[in-house]
Amino acid sequence: MSLVARHLEENGLTTVVMGSARDIVEECGVTRFVFTDFPLGNPCGKPWDVEMQRSIVGTALDLLTRAWMPRTTIQTPFSWGNDDWRDAFMRVDDSNREALAQEGEERRRFQSEAKKQK
Amino acid sequence: MNRRRAYRSFVSYIDRSREYYAAQGYSQPYTWLQNQEVPFTPLRKLLTQCRVGLVTTAGREDIEGATYGLTREFYAMPANPAPTGLYTGHLFWDKEATHTDDLDSFLPLNRLAEFAAEGHIGSVSPRFYGAPTDYSQMRTMNEAAPQVLEWCRQDGIDAVLLPAL
Repeated sequence: MSLVARHLEENGLTTVVMGSARDIVEECGVTRFVFTDFPLGNPCGKPWDVEMQRSIVGTALDLLTRAWMPRTTIQTPFSWGNDDWRDAFMRVDDSNREALAQEGEERRRFQSEAKKQK
Repeated sequence: MNRRRAYRSFVSYIDRSREYYAAQGYSQPYTWLQNQEVPFTPLRKLLTQCRVGLVTTAGREDIEGATYGLTREFYAMPANPAPTGLYTGHLFWDKEATHTDDLDSFLPLNRLAEFAAEGHIGSVSPRFYGAPTDYSQMRTMNEAAPQVLEWCRQDGIDAVLLPAL
């Protein structure tokens, strides 16, 4: 998504990326970024929380006019409510190492089957 | 609230995904693009006169949903009425902590329409654009990005919001 934003910006459009994967977006380098420190999936606010969504979208619209240089990141003031997701997401430890290796095998098999059918 | 930590609070998805896929037996880690230069285009009109567009990484139910996300097709779809849902099953997001049942939590078509109705922005683009996250950076840069740019120009867009799942 950051690559698409960069291409649009290079070609005369004013862009703002909204997201929760701060390292991925900032390493790629985008002009404007509205960061919300949530688990990945709801970069524009919690599901069904209209007020929060309005606030985050409003912040993105404001940033269109107010950023004066590239790599401007704004962090919205919202927190998810608990921190459990931070360590749980894509966790690798002794309890799941074997299961992950097996999943990988299955995924590669599925992908090579799908390729053959193309 | 102040808290003390011995490590950063932000999750590093680059670190986390590298370790996760290594544990799944993928021998070559994904390499992320790192750019030194970043472009800058100032807004040339008042926001109240701008037409604003949206780009999503989600896919169409009828295409990605039918192929479990293997197609990764880019597309343009009418923004009004907003679709009731989009396919996100193939994307990299936290399926245990949250869900994507509310479109506006990741593609705020209804929120943006409200800002237009209230006069904060000139108008919403009649279409929104889908550029599902692709493993291939070349495909994103050489095919998806130019196609999205062309659609934006056809629709007379001044500014673009790009919420990434």
